[in-house]
Amino acid sequence: MARRVGMEVSIALAEAAKLANVDVISAYPITPQTHVVEHLSELVADGELDAEFIPVESEHSAMSCCVGSSATGARTFTATSSQGLALMHEILYIAPALRLPIVMCVVDRAISGPISIWNDHSDIMAERDTGWIQTFAENAQEAVDLTIHAFRVAEHPEVSLPTIFNLDGFILSHMIEPVVMPEREQLAAYLPSFVPLQRLDPTKPITMGPVGIPPVYTEAKWTQEVAMRNALPVIEKCWDEFEQVFGRKYRSIETYQAEGADVLLVTMGSIGETAMTYVDQARASGVKVGLLRIRLWRPFPKQAFLEAVAGAKALAVVDRCMTLGGVGGPVACELKSALYHEERRPKVVEYQAGLGGRDIPVSDFDRMVQGALAVLAGKRVPEPRVLQVRE
Amino acid sequence: MTQAFKFPGWKDLPLGMDILEPGSARRNRTGDWRSERPVWALEKCVKCAVCVIFCPEGCLSVTEEGYPQVDLDYCKGCGICANECVTACIAMEREVE
Repeated sequence: MARRVGMEVSIALAEAAKLANVDVISAYPITPQTHVVEHLSELVADGELDAEFIPVESEHSAMSCCVGSSATGARTFTATSSQGLALMHEILYIAPALRLPIVMCVVDRAISGPISIWNDHSDIMAERDTGWIQTFAENAQEAVDLTIHAFRVAEHPEVSLPTIFNLDGFILSHMIEPVVMPEREQLAAYLPSFVPLQRLDPTKPITMGPVGIPPVYTEAKWTQEVAMRNALPVIEKCWDEFEQVFGRKYRSIETYQAEGADVLLVTMGSIGETAMTYVDQARASGVKVGLLRIRLWRPFPKQAFLEAVAGAKALAVVDRCMTLGGVGGPVACELKSALYHEERRPKVVEYQAGLGGRDIPVSDFDRMVQGALAVLAGKRVPEPRVLQVRE
Repeated sequence: MTQAFKFPGWKDLPLGMDILEPGSARRNRTGDWRSERPVWALEKCVKCAVCVIFCPEGCLSVTEEGYPQVDLDYCKGCGICANECVTACIAMEREVE
């Protein structure tokens, strides 16, 4: 019987990758991801995990190594943060184009400058359109569960796409939280062995990554788009199967106290837990507010999102990233685009908060919801709305 | 140089646009964008084959008589052969439509 243990979240998800029986890990340490790969390298060195741990001189090499490893048909895992993710950038596009189901843990951290080791989502938002499936965890259990789910989805024969699961740096990665670790038998029931659809094999030579000249590049990109669209129902199905085996339920869009809510807060990642505390307090004092959490960011679950907001009059969207000189944060822009063609659509009131490790207390959620209520009352709330900027 | 070739539709592309047939690049005649071609004045040629050795495309070979010859299906017209020729017997001549 699975039992709850207190564990640092980084260690817990490294243990989950071990349970998933990864073949190859190639990574470079960077704060706050360090404990993840440090623990995996120890597991390999101690003989507890029969895998190759390939140390490299940079994240660019780490991701290149993962591409090569996955192309040979090895179950491949890596993890990074912030500048490390940015350094992987050009190779990040290659993995989905080659349909290589690498699994990566991104421990979200602000991008420099100024130099910051603390948490926000500016690192991952810069990789939004690379073609990776992207999910977000809210707590330790979710981080562990999304690790397992990431392997299942990425390697699913109807998907075969690389997958990132995100967790917030320090706020999650370095916390010691209670977590139910998956049992080996559960893993065996949920996660089959990796059977690559195509792989490098000297007895059956193929070429991976040839040039896409103008008459074929568009078609190649379209196949990636179709792959992302087709992945959406499989991702949900893999969560259904997850529930059957592990008893915990996940959806691409999840709501809390959304019924009858005039305003829905929209969050991604760990701040969803603080937002729930706020919603409980606000509901108790009669404010009709609920919470919508985006668990699946790419492919964007447009239909599930539209259904979830159908009854709401306004959305107070929290972006943990700035789009300098742009119009609202990346999440708010996405939601506005998704809503644009709808006849009945809630107002989108966007906020940028929790930048570079700044806490988002309950009172901030109240400010955001009050702002959304003011917009509903016909008042102007000046943009851009970046919270906690000192004069 | 142009061939009757139909590019595949997106549904016909193999997963990841992998090329599943080894050596299929042999079918691609890659010299069709050449703007100049090498022309030999064979009376000055000393059969040293320096041009053959230096050709970066491997599209020069030696005939039975020992003279160099070019496979224009693959020559890009880079002019390295003309530059390296010890007797300066290779001229680069402009391609005309």
